[in-house]
Amino acid sequence: MSVVLEDKKQAFLANFVAKSADKDSSIAKQEALKALENLEFPTTRDEYWKYTRVGKITNANYSQSPSFNVSDISRYLVEGLGAYLVVFVNGFFSEELSEISQAKGITICPIAKARKEHVDEFDQHFGRLSKHESQFFSAVNTVYNTNGVYLNIEKNSVVDKPIHMINLTDAANAAYNPRNLFIVEENAEVTIINSYETISGSSFTNSTTEIYVNEGATVDSYILQNQSETSKQVNEIDVVQKANSIYTANTVTLNGELVRNNYNIEVKGQGCKTNLYGLCLTSGNQHIDNHTIIDHIEPNCESNEVYIGVLDDSSTAVFNGKVFVRSEAQKTNAYQQNKNMLLTDDASAYSKPELEIYADDVKCSHGSTTGQVDEEAIFYLRTRGVSELNARKMMIRAFANEILENIKIDALRAVLESKIDERFS
Amino acid sequence: MGKYTEEQLEKELETQEYKYGFVTDIETEKAPIGLSEDIIRLISAKKNEPNWLLEYRLKAYKAWLTMEEPEWAHVNYPKVDFQDIYYYAAPKPKKQLDSLDEVDSELLEMYEKLGISIDEQKKLSNVAVDIVMDSVSVKTTFQDTLAKLGIIFGSFSDAVQNHPELVKKYMGTIVPYTDNYYAALNAAVFTDGSFCYIPKGVRCPMELSTYFRINEAQTGQFERTLVVADQGSYVSYLEGCTAPMRDENQLHAAVVELVALDDAEIKYSTVQNWYPGDKEGKGGIYNFVTKRGLCEKNAKISWTQVETGSSVTWKYPSCILKGDNSVGEFYSVAVTNNLQQADTGTKMLHLGKNTKSTIISKGVSAGNSQNSYRGLVKINKNAINARNFSQCDSLLMGNKCGAHTFPYIEVDNKSAKVEHEATTSKIGEDQIFYCNQRGIDTESAIKLIVNGYAKDVLNQLPMEFAVEAQKLLAISLEGSVG
Repeated sequence: MSVVLEDKKQAFLANFVAKSADKDSSIAKQEALKALENLEFPTTRDEYWKYTRVGKITNANYSQSPSFNVSDISRYLVEGLGAYLVVFVNGFFSEELSEISQAKGITICPIAKARKEHVDEFDQHFGRLSKHESQFFSAVNTVYNTNGVYLNIEKNSVVDKPIHMINLTDAANAAYNPRNLFIVEENAEVTIINSYETISGSSFTNSTTEIYVNEGATVDSYILQNQSETSKQVNEIDVVQKANSIYTANTVTLNGELVRNNYNIEVKGQGCKTNLYGLCLTSGNQHIDNHTIIDHIEPNCESNEVYIGVLDDSSTAVFNGKVFVRSEAQKTNAYQQNKNMLLTDDASAYSKPELEIYADDVKCSHGSTTGQVDEEAIFYLRTRGVSELNARKMMIRAFANEILENIKIDALRAVLESKIDERFS
Repeated sequence: MGKYTEEQLEKELETQEYKYGFVTDIETEKAPIGLSEDIIRLISAKKNEPNWLLEYRLKAYKAWLTMEEPEWAHVNYPKVDFQDIYYYAAPKPKKQLDSLDEVDSELLEMYEKLGISIDEQKKLSNVAVDIVMDSVSVKTTFQDTLAKLGIIFGSFSDAVQNHPELVKKYMGTIVPYTDNYYAALNAAVFTDGSFCYIPKGVRCPMELSTYFRINEAQTGQFERTLVVADQGSYVSYLEGCTAPMRDENQLHAAVVELVALDDAEIKYSTVQNWYPGDKEGKGGIYNFVTKRGLCEKNAKISWTQVETGSSVTWKYPSCILKGDNSVGEFYSVAVTNNLQQADTGTKMLHLGKNTKSTIISKGVSAGNSQNSYRGLVKINKNAINARNFSQCDSLLMGNKCGAHTFPYIEVDNKSAKVEHEATTSKIGEDQIFYCNQRGIDTESAIKLIVNGYAKDVLNQLPMEFAVEAQKLLAISLEGSVG
């Protein structure tokens, strides 16, 4: 590494030193520290980062230890959801804003607390899935994470209401590393919503989440990214699925200057179902990059993947989906679909749906389409008295609906629908 | 019938030897082993080349020295020792031949074994053959017929001597020597190849074809093909190859450049059947080829390939759709068996308005092989109303092989319509059952199904090749199926 780059890296890391969880003596942290000695900022020469430049993240100056004073978060709540609330501001847990009533079979607490109070569970699971040895941002998170959510759902427990984690930033230029660990035991069921919003200013969020979905468990996860137009985010989600489990992730990206989502899903049991749905609506100079890896290790599993992009102005959307089917994973059904709609000539869509298949008795397919609003359909609507603006809105809504209709929580879907309508009015 | 099991089939295939493996003993004139500036000067001097070409070779060599071997492809193979290759070998003596009788009888015999006897071709199939054997053109036929139309078709070195202005104008414009590692190597050491020029408005009346063959052991072949179709012209070009059995890996790094000027059309078909190595993966050809075509206004380039050979294939025939309304097509069947590895696909670069491209890729993997499709479709900002359709299907036989798809789709223009779809599956048991019911045994059923599966591509081949290609598919897959 050149001296200049090394200096830049050290300066970047210095942003986090003061806030890091010093008491963490986990093996993962040691591994990540060691890895960081050699890891560099990802560049576009790196296939994994081919279409995304991280300069916007690494060149910025971040302010240290931002203090916060937030009292009203009502506009970040999903109306009628009645969820367990876990609120973080600038990466710090806010007990006052959170509403965690402990119920039977569920443990929800800040990860810093779990590190001390649930030592065994924590040590067994923390850092076992994250890619901190190969990925720069994952390593940064593993070393410098401040706080996050620890969630443990006991065997056979069905969580009565969704768990809503709200990550807020309110600072001129905050940088923080949320770290979550979710352990969902056998036959348990849980719905998790993770939303990222900006109160004011801009931020860099470098989030890593590890999710254990044990035998027969069901996890419905929603990620809502709606930060300010100058905010950056790298979001890694590492999942391991055991037999007969169902994991569903819906990622909806509405705003943010640069958003990168990395899903790494290991399907390590038979009879699993994995669903990844993504929707991004971009405008301005936004750059949204969704990378997914689904690794089918065991036979008789199914995965579905649909990512949809509506790209306005001079924004960019990247999709890279990778499905591995190992030679043992016979009878795998894997579907992968990426659809992009370009609204202007300045928008760009880069799509890379990949299949790597080593077993023969499988049904795998992928598709990718890129196009614009169908002018004939617009014409049809106009002949029936719909204004052009409304016709376009209808077409975009219909296009995005493929993802929205998968959202099982009505309250959440309503919020998203209104946000999308707002956007194109 | 009925008792013919998968295991039997598998066994049969494993022992299936390469049918075209034989070595013809013709004395060759060789340059010393290894690669250096001196060798390049020697090749250039041997071929009596003009100075600009030597300069070009040396520039390419210098560029090559600074480059690194690409490693991004989904293939694994022992590295090539570039100093352990003969870069020049010419059959000698090179006689001037007037008729087939004068052609070395051994050579004729060899082509007969391949089922491509020159007599037959000459008399029956209306195909002009420029035989390339170990880098030097031995015999050119039908030259007269073509000459009347003003078509220039012959070896690359003849073209350098007789039409230097054309060669100088187009060579390296489509695939510059800086393009990639193997293209640079080829530019530095290429010994021969084919050159074809179709004048304005001429429709070439016959399929032009070249048979390539690697003969001398350890001779890397560095072919260079340049096809220029002037305004409004049409040419269909065939390239096919088989190679004798060898124990050491042989390197084949060819460069093919196509130029289709306004309203011209080039159809380029390949049947590739280099020696794939034995069932332990020993021997076999490394096939690292750079093929690219440029389309001017309203021009069309169509690539069709049937890839069954080589131990490692690394090949991406591409189209640069520069002119408005130009069309690019890519039809491919790639079959891998035993330990073969293929990483192949195409690039369609849409630069002009209303440009269209179609990609149909059919992969079949059996044994322990790895078969990847890797393709790029790029719609440039100014490529208004560009259209692409891609379909990449893979068929797997057995759970020891792999089929992979790596499509890159980059769209910078809203009016573009880009579609990509891919499927991976095995041959349906119900399909086989259906055939069995009607008295077709399992192996024939599989051939039938595979041929049907590859039909979209095989249909694109000229008649002369379609038969050979179907035979090849059957041979490559015999007994491989479960």
